Amino acid sequence: MPLDEATHKEFKVVGTRPLRPDGVDKVTGRAMFGADMSAPGMLHAAILRSPHAHARIVGIDVSRALAASGVKAVVTRPDFAGDLKGESWNVLENVMASDRALYDGHAVAAVAATTQLAARDALKLIDVEYQPLPHVTDVDEAMRKEAPTIREGVADASVPKGMHPNVVRYHESGHGDVEKGFQEADLVLERKFRTEAAHQGYIEPHACLAQMGPDSKGELWCCTQGHFNVAKVCASLLGIDASQLRVTASEIGGGFGGKTTVFIEPVALALSRKTNRPVKIVMNRAEVFRATGPTSSSSINVKIGMTKNGRITAGEGEFRLQGGAFPGSPMEFAAMCAFAPYSLEHVRNVGWDVICNRPKQAAYRAPGSPMGAFAVESVIDELCNELGLDTIEVRLKNASREGTKASFGPKFDRIGLVETLEAAKAHPHYSASLKSGQGRGVSCGFWFNHSGETAVSLALSEDGTVSVSVGTPDIGGSRASIGLMAAEALGIDYEKVRTTIADTATLGYNDISHGSRVTYASGLATIKAASDTIDKLCSRAAEEWGIDREAVVWEEGHARPAGPNAGDFEPMSLARIASRMGRTGGPIVGHYETTPEGAGVSFATHLVDAEVDRETGATKILRYTVVQDAGKAIHPSYVEGQYQGGAAQGIGWALNEEYIYGEDGRLQNAGFLDYRIPVASDLPMIDTVIIEVPNPGHPYGVRGVGETSICPPLAAIANAVSNAAGVRLTELPMSPPRILKALDEAENG
Amino acid sequence: MVDVVLWASLRPFANDQETVPVEASTVGELLRKLVVAYPGLEPHIDAGVSVAVDGRIIASGLTEPINPASEVVLMQRLKGG
Amino acid sequence: MSMIHVRTTVNGDEIEFVCDPRETMLDALRDRLALTGAKEGCGTGDCGACSITLNGRLVCACLMLAAEAEGGEIGTVEGIADGENLHALQRKFLEHAALQCGVCTPGILVAAKSLLERNKNPSETEIRYWLAGNLCRCTGYDKIVRAVSDAAQELRECA
Repeated sequence: MPLDEATHKEFKVVGTRPLRPDGVDKVTGRAMFGADMSAPGMLHAAILRSPHAHARIVGIDVSRALAASGVKAVVTRPDFAGDLKGESWNVLENVMASDRALYDGHAVAAVAATTQLAARDALKLIDVEYQPLPHVTDVDEAMRKEAPTIREGVADASVPKGMHPNVVRYHESGHGDVEKGFQEADLVLERKFRTEAAHQGYIEPHACLAQMGPDSKGELWCCTQGHFNVAKVCASLLGIDASQLRVTASEIGGGFGGKTTVFIEPVALALSRKTNRPVKIVMNRAEVFRATGPTSSSSINVKIGMTKNGRITAGEGEFRLQGGAFPGSPMEFAAMCAFAPYSLEHVRNVGWDVICNRPKQAAYRAPGSPMGAFAVESVIDELCNELGLDTIEVRLKNASREGTKASFGPKFDRIGLVETLEAAKAHPHYSASLKSGQGRGVSCGFWFNHSGETAVSLALSEDGTVSVSVGTPDIGGSRASIGLMAAEALGIDYEKVRTTIADTATLGYNDISHGSRVTYASGLATIKAASDTIDKLCSRAAEEWGIDREAVVWEEGHARPAGPNAGDFEPMSLARIASRMGRTGGPIVGHYETTPEGAGVSFATHLVDAEVDRETGATKILRYTVVQDAGKAIHPSYVEGQYQGGAAQGIGWALNEEYIYGEDGRLQNAGFLDYRIPVASDLPMIDTVIIEVPNPGHPYGVRGVGETSICPPLAAIANAVSNAAGVRLTELPMSPPRILKALDEAENG
Repeated sequence: MVDVVLWASLRPFANDQETVPVEASTVGELLRKLVVAYPGLEPHIDAGVSVAVDGRIIASGLTEPINPASEVVLMQRLKGG
Repeated sequence: MSMIHVRTTVNGDEIEFVCDPRETMLDALRDRLALTGAKEGCGTGDCGACSITLNGRLVCACLMLAAEAEGGEIGTVEGIADGENLHALQRKFLEHAALQCGVCTPGILVAAKSLLERNKNPSETEIRYWLAGNLCRCTGYDKIVRAVSDAAQELRECA
């Protein structure tokens, strides 16, 4: 039966708010995060990093370090695999530099010693001879003819001839004829926007504990969003077999996309292989900022035409994103998502992926989409202001619906954008009055959501309780949502289910916890594994009753005869069947492996009120409301939490957070004091409205919820601030100096 | 024949065409025949593509049916945060 | 460099350890005493994930030298619950879903407990300013503020 015919309407436990299963561990300090694990005989390691934005590494002399007390080994690039190509080479090059340091903070060597202090002290004894090279850290400058070339031959075949070698990929999408569309408009506006790189800012720095012997068999404990991927990538970088490396995911202290790749794990394994002892690496905060992946910074042009009655006649965008010294900035997702909320006859997007002397960008919550939305939704706001139109009415008039040909190509399936806009319009927030100096901003946002390889196993205990093993690290309460779905599918109490994140030796390959996929994909596989289990339970009952399997149905946690003709038997509970399973055929385990096909895209509409202090340039967020389509909220509290967290991160990105590079190409604010993420006193309560337009591709209607929440805030806040200040802000972050400058330019020309 | 829309980076491997006609009744057949017609596409398709068939994004199902009127768009495999 | 011998009290238990003179209280707790509830988020006193109390005063363990614990009384997240009975703050954090990843939670609980010992009926603004030194990247603080406020109310009613 196709999934879309199976979408449930009535739920018993799904949609309730039970306590999370890992809760007590986390409020008592017992939960084991990356840095909390130790092993007997363990060494501590530290990593030496380039102080140069761009430099040739002429030589590395480790002899003084190796002679130091307590030092057991040093590794450099020759300690890793030498035959890699493509993205594997990129990842290794980022993990440990070969002949060139490509950014401030790039790893060049690592040392293992008996104590953390001894390892840190030994770093000062490694002598690296650098020959500094010209550098560039700005995306627009890196595209200019005179910019220094970071690496030759990186560009792929999509890049038109004549571009600078720093331009490494090109994207184009859209349909119709935008010139024709602009001619139909009553007003056409074109604006240029810039956003600075923001860091995911997870509070837990990267940490791991590796054990590997000379037999190339290894164990790795680490905080990661995807331990199966860690096993695959580390095996490749070390030249060992993936199945010989068992990776266990620790509790993870935030990731938001930043823990979807590897940084220190291959280094710890290489040091462990060399010393034949367990090796622990814990990054400090400065290393997290300098050497792990922030977002791309961007430079964007957007042009939109609108008629007097609010119809968008055409939209065009050019998205230039730098992704550090390696290809892979999410410029195509910025381009594909920017106009996705709107049904446009004429739309054209191009994207440029640019390399710079910055750390390799990593995914950050709906990578690329927030920047695209910032540009498009800002221009729409300005058009509405100029034409005297209501911003939500205009968005409703142009909104994408089921069947709309999306700006990125295919037609939309069932989507809930209109429902979010209607709810935002009806919300008291939208009609509340504003005082002088205050402004309101609205924005929509879009994200695809992902499916990915997924394997789940569901085992019964003899007392009728259930153990669900999933392979997707729990980054925001997913053990609760998986447990709810298992309980719903089996017809038992939530408390009877325990969900565990299995290690890489226990389940088939699972894609990373990214792309808002966990509740969708691991949830779908859990429901299917429960169906497999139910099938086995019904077979056992049928055998006991001496009737056909087809004559047994599963209802409310019990096997029952399908009807009067099947016979008159007392319904048999899951617990009853499980208690006898050893004597009726052996253990009962259900499982399901899939790459599901029906990930549902999702939309959100955000409302925000801001007040700008014209003396200091400081902005205060007065009120914030998130309206988002969840498809189905399995555990509404954690859905609300995702909405609120995305909004808060967006507020930081919009108002404060930025990577600041000096003339020397070095990062100047590699700490939480100077890179200021929102603190409790910066924010208001964040109101949430959960819309549920079921995803036809999930048995319970789930869409991902984690990422879409960060798509609208940049634009919503920019619109609120612009409306409060009376001047359009087009560069992020809208820090006090930028706001004062914009006010000054508006007043003094 | 079904018209398959390629994203920009793939077009240089298909004689710079944005849309290529392919005779196929399933996603698997479509991908196989694309590679036969345009061998330069093989590494990109092997690296992972999603196929949007009438708006449904097919991540791995090679047996998913396609009919001549289907709207088929190749898309880069998504990466999320 | 010779080690320093330290005699102190942690969560009411008398404890002795030796440490490097440069070693922080956070490292001593985590690496020498196996109390890993306090987390290192920054090492520079900016994130509050290592919040502990020293003689009843809220401090960042990463900014305190281990040797400074001599003769003092240290309180950590591991000492908040009374045996199997969770503190009201711990229960309210669970009921309000006031944690997502949970890595900031130990520090926030220690800080919030310190607030409620000084102010039995804090306003939303007072809670927000008191917790302004404890970064949370997941929740947007909304549910944290509600949980602290609700715990304060319960403690007032039980008092």
